[in-house]
Amino acid sequence: MSDQNSLSRRAALTKIAFAFNAVVGAVLAVPVIGYLLSPMVRARKNGYSSWFALGDVTKFPAGQTRLATYRNPISSAWDGQTADIACWVRNIDGSQFQVFAVNCAHLGCPVRWFPQSGLFMCPCHGGAYYEDGSRASGPPERGLFTYNHKIEKGELWIDAGSLPTPGGSAFNILNNGKRCA
Amino acid sequence: MRLISQIGEWFDARLQIAADLRETMDHPVPKSAASWFYVFGSGALVIFGLQVVTGILLALLYVPSAGEAWNSLQALNHNVTMGWFLRGMHGWGSNFMVAIVLLHMVQVFLFGAYKFPRELTWVVGICLLLMTLGMAFTGQVLRFDQDAYWGLGIGASIASRVPIMGPQIVHLMLGGPIIAGATLSRFFALHVFVIPGTLIGLVGLHLLMVLKLGINEWPMPGRVVRRATYLKEYKELVHNDGEPFVPYAIWKDVFFAGILIACVVLCAAYFGPFGPTGRPDPTNIQAIPRPDYFFLWLYALLALLPPEMETPALLIGPVVVLGGLLLMPFFFGEGEKSWKRRPVAVISVLLIAVALGTFTHLSSYTPWSPIMDAWSGEPIPPSDLAHRSALERQGALVFQEKQCHNCHSLGNEGGMRGPALDSVATRLTQDQLIRQVIQGGGNMPAYGKNLSPAQTTALVAFLETLRPEGQAPARNAALADEGTASAPASATTPKK
Repeated sequence: MSDQNSLSRRAALTKIAFAFNAVVGAVLAVPVIGYLLSPMVRARKNGYSSWFALGDVTKFPAGQTRLATYRNPISSAWDGQTADIACWVRNIDGSQFQVFAVNCAHLGCPVRWFPQSGLFMCPCHGGAYYEDGSRASGPPERGLFTYNHKIEKGELWIDAGSLPTPGGSAFNILNNGKRCA
Repeated sequence: MRLISQIGEWFDARLQIAADLRETMDHPVPKSAASWFYVFGSGALVIFGLQVVTGILLALLYVPSAGEAWNSLQALNHNVTMGWFLRGMHGWGSNFMVAIVLLHMVQVFLFGAYKFPRELTWVVGICLLLMTLGMAFTGQVLRFDQDAYWGLGIGASIASRVPIMGPQIVHLMLGGPIIAGATLSRFFALHVFVIPGTLIGLVGLHLLMVLKLGINEWPMPGRVVRRATYLKEYKELVHNDGEPFVPYAIWKDVFFAGILIACVVLCAAYFGPFGPTGRPDPTNIQAIPRPDYFFLWLYALLALLPPEMETPALLIGPVVVLGGLLLMPFFFGEGEKSWKRRPVAVISVLLIAVALGTFTHLSSYTPWSPIMDAWSGEPIPPSDLAHRSALERQGALVFQEKQCHNCHSLGNEGGMRGPALDSVATRLTQDQLIRQVIQGGGNMPAYGKNLSPAQTTALVAFLETLRPEGQAPARNAALADEGTASAPASATTPKK
């Protein structure tokens, strides 16, 4: 009788020990999961895009489309060249601008501007876009990604900071970097 | 000799593994299974071991930092004694591992080895295939060159298409807003710790199941698997017609291991390491990214799928394929094992192999991509310029200058994105040519805004001369007068 009692006491202690470990594990999981998901949390809280100057407006002559490069506003010292990002700046008529991401709206390969034919062409899967960024042909389902821009004190500013992707574009690019309500 | 056995006994008295080892070595295998067809599994294991060794050796010098990885690979290639060779071994080893794992899978499938009671062995094998492909992709990322950079961009673009969670998944994958330092660090952790660790665990499980359940016997047509009787039949088979694994079957595995390693060494020594190609510099938009060979088929598929099909195919396709592979042994766990009685299985393998081979071949010359420098690099064939009027030659200039050559070939030079134009005048009338150039259509951009009327006239005049000698130009049947409409088209030579 006493044997049985002591056995059930052992079993109960084992259960309690496991339960204790489960509690400790759950507490431990909070910081670990928070650490793992930090890139997502940061995107949701603060967003990744911000306004910065691309340079003097005179760098972009009227009627031309030129490549501009910038250091990504969020970067670390060990990013090397990967934080140097390019974009296409189109000066339509001297006062109106368009700023396109170099990433093809299909799968993100770098599109090149061909002024002679007035087309952006992608080397990967044959996507092509007109000079205003609208889709001309190929697999992309939409036009090039555009960054919001403004001109202040003779400088061209854009609102950028994260890699534009076909699924993320609706949030990150078109809505001024702010999420839908 | 006595000393050695004494030392052995001393250790075994403390380790207690000699009996288990002996049992493993002596476990009986069906005589029929000691075949050259049964060496791919052990071959994959040997290559994996080789990858672990060469991987550790490379990790002694590789710098997993976005700013320095490329430089450290250059140093490995050029400054470190035999660094190039070890990079070659690891790169070629990876190619061989993917190939051997696929061969192993095909052999297991065709020999019906996934049937009862080995369903779970197959499921673990599918997980091992995924891990192998995961190692291949993350390894390509660690070779942090421009192909790796834009390959990550392609991966992010695919991941972003997941409904609702897409953008968050991209940030999780990249470790931040862009492809940069955090991205390389997490792919390094995946390639060096997470995936290999999982691989080692799953390989152990896979091997344990092979040992406990016994290797699949050679499939004989008519010897049908039934859940009720198979285990007894197999036991009788290895009892009556079995031999110990060592040495009866193992010598072929050992030979194959030697052949494999020798092949990797030869490839590494002769062809050298893979890359790195250009620096991972996102501002260098001259990059033409290409994936490694085992993902080329996917690259082709993404170019050839209709745009509206792409997202569903990317999101649903893998689930269907994976689900099918994982569930297959549970639906077809009984019945014939022999490929001679399983025509659907054989045809499926052939179809998949031909499809993957065709897509891979297409990716080797990417007919869907414009050739970005054809307009400045590849001249119009002289025969297309001879005996042409000034206007037509002006049109040829427009053809080059407006980059038509990037997508259209003349005399087999130029892009293949659009149709070859060597005989365009036999297909399209003047009106149709003008309309096609100005309005585009059928995957061709409209050039109306970028061509002056004079340029369009000249270009179309040039295009109208493009037809083989002896073939009639296209004509508008609706406008043709009765006389010419009834008579066969007179075969005239091209315009002078």
